[in-house]
Formats: sequence, C-alpha cells, structure tokens
Amino acid sequence: MAVLFDTVRDDAALQAQPEAPPAKHPIQLTINGREHALRVEPWVTLLDLLRERLDLTGTKKGCDHGQCGACTVLVDGRRINSCLTLAVMRDGASITTIEGLAAGDELHPMQQAFIECDAFQCGYCTPGQICSAVGLVNEGKARTTADLRELMSGNLCRCGAYPQIVQAVGSVLFGPGFRPAAEEATQRNVPGTAPT
Amino acid sequence: MNRFEYARSGSVHDALRAIRQVPAMVDALGPEPLGTDPPMKFIAGGTNLLDLVKENVMHPRLLVDINGLPLDRIQPTAEGGLLLGALARNADTAYHPLVQERYPLLSAAILAGASPQLRNMATNGGNLLQRTRCYYFYDAGVPCNKRQPGSGCPARGGLNRIHAVLGASPQCIATHPSDMCVALAALEAVVLVSGPQGDRRIAFADFHRLPGDRPDIDTTLAADELITGIALPPEGFGRHSAYLKLRDRQSYAFALVSVAAALEIDEASGEIREARVALGGVAHKPWRDREAERSLIGRRAVPAAFEAMAAMVLADAQGCGHNDFKIPMAHRAVVRALERACGVEVA
Repeated sequence: MAVLFDTVRDDAALQAQPEAPPAKHPIQLTINGREHALRVEPWVTLLDLLRERLDLTGTKKGCDHGQCGACTVLVDGRRINSCLTLAVMRDGASITTIEGLAAGDELHPMQQAFIECDAFQCGYCTPGQICSAVGLVNEGKARTTADLRELMSGNLCRCGAYPQIVQAVGSVLFGPGFRPAAEEATQRNVPGTAPT
Repeated sequence: MNRFEYARSGSVHDALRAIRQVPAMVDALGPEPLGTDPPMKFIAGGTNLLDLVKENVMHPRLLVDINGLPLDRIQPTAEGGLLLGALARNADTAYHPLVQERYPLLSAAILAGASPQLRNMATNGGNLLQRTRCYYFYDAGVPCNKRQPGSGCPARGGLNRIHAVLGASPQCIATHPSDMCVALAALEAVVLVSGPQGDRRIAFADFHRLPGDRPDIDTTLAADELITGIALPPEGFGRHSAYLKLRDRQSYAFALVSVAAALEIDEASGEIREARVALGGVAHKPWRDREAERSLIGRRAVPAAFEAMAAMVLADAQGCGHNDFKIPMAHRAVVRALERACGVEVA
C-alpha cells in the first residue's frame, strides 16, 4: 500500500491538481432487505460500495471490467455487473447480493443446488454464478441446456466447474431430475453463433 | 477511477442545458489534465464508458446521468415501424414481442452480443456510441490516433488480428464492436437526435463514420446532441433474415466477422426483390455495399448468386497481416448468412 501511495505522490501531473474535498451525493439503497442512507462520491462503483464500505464482501471483484461476472448482483431483480455501475446511479434501487439470498439458516435453492452438485472448486466466482443463475431463472428465457449455457456465459469459472454449474442451475430451472442431454451439450441455440 | 462530478437530468431539456453549462464548469475546475476526449459525457448504462474511465482512456469531468429521462419506451410509429427508446435496455429490446415478431434480425444480433448482465444494463443509445475494442485504443500507455490524434497507430504494424479489412485509413484500422448496429444498418434504421437547434433524424448509414484522417470522431452526432430513439422502418424482413456471428469462442466475445442478411423474395418466381447485407467486425462502421446488394435483385436465391455478391463486397478488402484471414472468412460468412436468410443452407 505504501508503495502505491509513493507512486501517486511522485506523479507531477496529479500533484498539480488542487485537492478539492470530494463531493458526496446522498443516496438511499435497500440492500438485502435493509435500508441504507449513504453519502458516496460519484466515482464509487456499486461493487466497491458493497465491499469496501458496507463489508458485504461476498460479492467478488474479479476483472473489474465486466468480463468475468464475479461481481454479479441483482438490482430490482435483474442481474447486472456491479463493477460497471456507479452507486449514485442506483439511488432508490433494491439490491440483492449473495448474502441476501438465504432465508435465515435456510439456503436459497440455487445455493443448495451448487453445494449438492459440487459446482465450484476455489469458490471465487461462485457468488456471481449463483446471483447470475437466480437472475437467469427470473428472466425465464432458458428452455434448453444450450440456452442455459449461453445465458450463463457472462460468468467465467477459471477452475472449469462448468459441467457441475450447468447441472446445479439446470436442477433448479428444470427440476431435480435434470440431466444435460449429450446431444444438447453441443447444440447451438443463439442465432448467429458459429456452428461447431 | 479518476474523479468527476455527477449530475442527474430528468428531461431532455435539462440534459441539453447541462451540456451548455460545461464550458463554464471546465473553466471553474481548471484545465483538462489528460486526453482530448469531451469533458462532459451523458451516462446511461455506463458499461463501456465506465470501463474506459477505469482504463484511463476517457477522462470526463462531469457525468450527466440520463437514466431518469422518459426515453425507455418501445412503441409502434405512425409510419408503421417501431420506435426503440434510447434508454430501453438491450435485453428488453431483444426480448420485446414486437421486435421478436417483426424484427427477428435485430433480436438475434442483440442476443449475439455481450452477456445477459451487460444486456440488462446497456441501452440502445449507448450501444450506438460504444467505442472500438482495439487493444491499442484501450492501452493509454501507447500512441493511438483515435485517442490522441496525430500520435500514430501501432495496430497497423502490430497485432492486428481483430482489425479492419474494409474502409480503413492510414491513421486507423479499428473496427466498430457492436452487433446491434450491424442489424440496424441492414434494417436502415433512423437515429433520432435532440440538440440545441432542435430535433433531427440521421439515417443509420450516415451515423457512424469511416476513420479517414479524423479517427478520433466515431459518429456524426455533435458533442451537444443526445440520442432520443431509434426508428425502425415498417419492413423488418421477418420472413428472410439471418444474423451470423463468427468469433473466437462460442459466446461472450466480439465478432471477428458478422453478417446481417435480409432478403425479400418473390414467393412465386423465387426472385430476390430486395437485399440487404451488412457486415460487422470488418470496418470502422457497419459495412454495406449497395452495388453488391443490387446485384442480387432479380436473381434467384441460389448459392452462385451469393458467391458473386460476396466477391463484390470484398473486392477492395485489404488485410494488415494478422487479419488477412478475415477476407475469406467474411466471404464465406456473407454466403452462409444469405443462405440462412432464405432457408437453403446446406448443413
């Protein structure tokens, strides 16, 4: 940390800027059912607000550029990348993070399915995978295993637990007897996707 | 992220007034420390803009949040077409019943791009204004004529696998990254714009620019104008259209080459009455060749006609080395997209 600060201080261009006190904006957010009245600088992303200011560190920072999906949360029921939205832009919104899915000690069915299907290895992408999967179920657009794979493509898993993730999401979406059909594993679904 | 001021607008009028106040605000804040990009930006979805701010590529001093503007409707127009609000989200547009039913080409193109999370955030207006994903544009540590005019283009002699093969200039070989815009080009959509001088309509073909000697300017939208909507003409080519996207992985990747093909075919004679073919991933804007499209009129929808058409489209294509493969790939993609559009594709 000290090294980082020294680097910034040495930057003449930045040093030349007058240090004005940051302008904070008042916002109201409902996070996991609890109301928060906050004051945030405009450049604070929703992800950083959750992790750094509210200690909701279940939501992960992977790439911080909308490429990995680890930061996925539900805003008014819709899944988004919390790294690419400013907290001030979400004034008045209702946000659900991984911490807000369980009802007390009762896990959300998607959390339970991830455990039962062993759908993770290191677990870093898991909160984003689960929030994304809950959003996918809310959207109601996945009718086949191929749809499921396509509509989970915004969440990367560097451990490669994809078969188990598909099994977990499918068991919630299509029922506990779900088995991804072999022929569906390579079936293309989205018009425009390159044939394999 | 670099610091910036933030304001909200509740109406188009307020948003346009906010732009006019920018010069005074910039005077008060002091000179722009970095870059030449505009000091004020509207923010809607923010999926591309915030990424570019984090990457130190764009340095807005003020973001005006327009998410409160009443521009998120999708509704039929008096002319029999469909109006897509500038603030309607890409996902809501792609899944809208009227878009799916009447403009399946547009729906397919939108769903071929980005991820579900990003499509839930990104707006229609913002999709038109997204910047190239050229690696050198994104790397603030190297020259780039699009970022810093006159600084040079490392892509031309560097890693240019994803770059343009049509319409490029000595200054810039970047490509436009959007899938949605390729379909909008084929559909001949109209971009609706408000500015201090009032409203105007920009034909889709005139909205994005070729790089020429000003690659820093992506579009013909003025800095003090706001996109309010996109008007789709009545003809949606619902019977014969296809969007084909070829990319390095099967999902969640930008196009190496994409093709939006739309045909109107006389069902009695089998002759083509109208043909639209727009290409993505190959140029600084969605690429259309009207002469090549006209060559299909009056011909039967057979592979030989499509082959000849594709050859015309790519006659002037030029690679820079790593991207040479795009030329034959684009040729085959045009043929396949046309085959899919008329339902004759051989598996």
